Amino acid sequence: MNATPLALIFRIPRLSRRFVPVWQRNFLVWRKLALPSVLGNLADPMIYLFGLGFGIGMLVPEIGGVSYISFLAAGMVCSSTMNSASFEVLYSSFSRMHVQRTWDAILNAPVELDDIVFAELVWGASKALLSGVAILVVIAVFGLVDSRYILWLLPLIFLIGLSFGALGLVVTAIAPSYDFFMYYFTLFITPMTLLSGVFFPAEQLPAAVQVAASLLPLAHAVELARPLLLGKLPDDIVLHLAVLAAYGTGAFWIALGLTRRRLLG
Amino acid sequence: MTGERLTPHALASPLEIRGLRKRYGDNEVVAGIDLRLHAGECFTLLGPNGAGKTTTLRCALGLTRPSGGEILLAGLPVPERAREARMRVGVVPQQDNLDPDFTCAENLLVYGRYFGLDDAAITARIPELLAFAGLESKRDARIQSLSGGMKRRLTLARALVNRPDLLILDEPTTGLDPQARHLIWERLKQLIRNGTTVLLTTHFMDEAERLADRLAILDAGRILTEGSPRDVIAAQIEAQVVEVYGDWNGAGRESHGAVSGAQAWAEAHAGAFARRYEVSGETAFCYLDDAAPLMAHLAEQPGLRYLRRPANLEDVFLKLTGRDLRD
Repeated sequence: MNATPLALIFRIPRLSRRFVPVWQRNFLVWRKLALPSVLGNLADPMIYLFGLGFGIGMLVPEIGGVSYISFLAAGMVCSSTMNSASFEVLYSSFSRMHVQRTWDAILNAPVELDDIVFAELVWGASKALLSGVAILVVIAVFGLVDSRYILWLLPLIFLIGLSFGALGLVVTAIAPSYDFFMYYFTLFITPMTLLSGVFFPAEQLPAAVQVAASLLPLAHAVELARPLLLGKLPDDIVLHLAVLAAYGTGAFWIALGLTRRRLLG
Repeated sequence: MTGERLTPHALASPLEIRGLRKRYGDNEVVAGIDLRLHAGECFTLLGPNGAGKTTTLRCALGLTRPSGGEILLAGLPVPERAREARMRVGVVPQQDNLDPDFTCAENLLVYGRYFGLDDAAITARIPELLAFAGLESKRDARIQSLSGGMKRRLTLARALVNRPDLLILDEPTTGLDPQARHLIWERLKQLIRNGTTVLLTTHFMDEAERLADRLAILDAGRILTEGSPRDVIAAQIEAQVVEVYGDWNGAGRESHGAVSGAQAWAEAHAGAFARRYEVSGETAFCYLDDAAPLMAHLAEQPGLRYLRRPANLEDVFLKLTGRDLRD
């Protein structure tokens, strides 16, 4: 509908330190509601972890030499990191972009849209890190995991947050309203959670489905997190990291282009 | 578009626009606008809804790419160096977009950070900004608790956090009650007196007449006329207006058949007195330089009611942009 050429819309993101005050703005809002926010983020994965962990744990004595609840712990860390980042960049970013018009206000200052979208991405990953850390603390305290490599989970959680933050921002960029996000969850996030080895090993899936599942970013996140939380070094570390980074970078670029088209047309 | 290209300049006009065009598909929203602000003046873009006022501002700020033309904001080419140029500019948008999660003071602090100002410098300036907005007592109040007028004043204060040379306001008093509007106008006058250049859009004539040193009337993406309010009125329209309405029982009305009242009277007599007249609804508007003969005539017409007044900007506006609704 507008004549801005695609090459301009999808030009290379121009990132700068100016994203920092935008990140700070979101952090200041979060700080006002920090406790309920952390508890809210923690409740859901804990219910799954202990509910399924004990319930199914009764039926499944061991998976790969560990108790079911220990197996499940890594899956819960990854999926709740994904959910936390996704919720933030979908509902909260959409609210700032479209409902409260916070981005419009910022764009009148000497800040570029590239800085704003990047700040939203980093903020989404930061919130994911906060909720991921809360879960790590709980599973460590309950002795569900081997804590030898547990600190490696921190950068990994942040990276997972960036990947899913970027994917979510693509959806936000094209969303007409909040209702739209339901499609993303039911058509992408939920099936992915079931196919990525969060609740059961991906090897249980039919071969064809396994191939498809191996393309999903959450599967690679779980492949890294699970061995680390069981005190082992993962196989193919570089491959898994590269897939997560590629999803993050590619999706961010697309999201930024779509957002430029939406707001600067 | 004639003359040499616009070049960056240290002592440039706060905003200079040449040959600006913006097209969305087949719809040309801005169809060739030229304007040049003088430092320290208040320049008003006056136009009906959809005239292209907001699009012109968005182009000037580098928030949308023009289809054609050149823009220099604070002496810098836009959109290429728009971000740097916005360092020198404050903006009051049409739609309130204060941060609802923050107090008044936090809104100012967070906004100042976007300009790269450090917290100590902004914090030191907050009392002054709140005082300017008349919100000293609302420092720690949440945005939801503010009235519409208070929100507008806080938005104005927020636009001043970087001490801008140029303040751009998009319909700053739309939706405000008369008290709140007057307070905004007082603050703007104060800023203009202190040397801030102000560019504002409005569709309120009284706002333009009160504040503008110069104004441009915009419609369908073009500037129709430009100058000081007084000059525009003098150049575009007769000095006096007589509005005639009510029933007309005077001699000769029978010959006008279906039409009645002021319209019948206007068809019979207005041409003899007024240089120009127009009938809109139940009212005939007569534009003339000397109203005395018409007033004498009207005094003898039973049933008609009438009002004599000096011509104002609204008359010019309606003459240039027509009386059709712009929904």
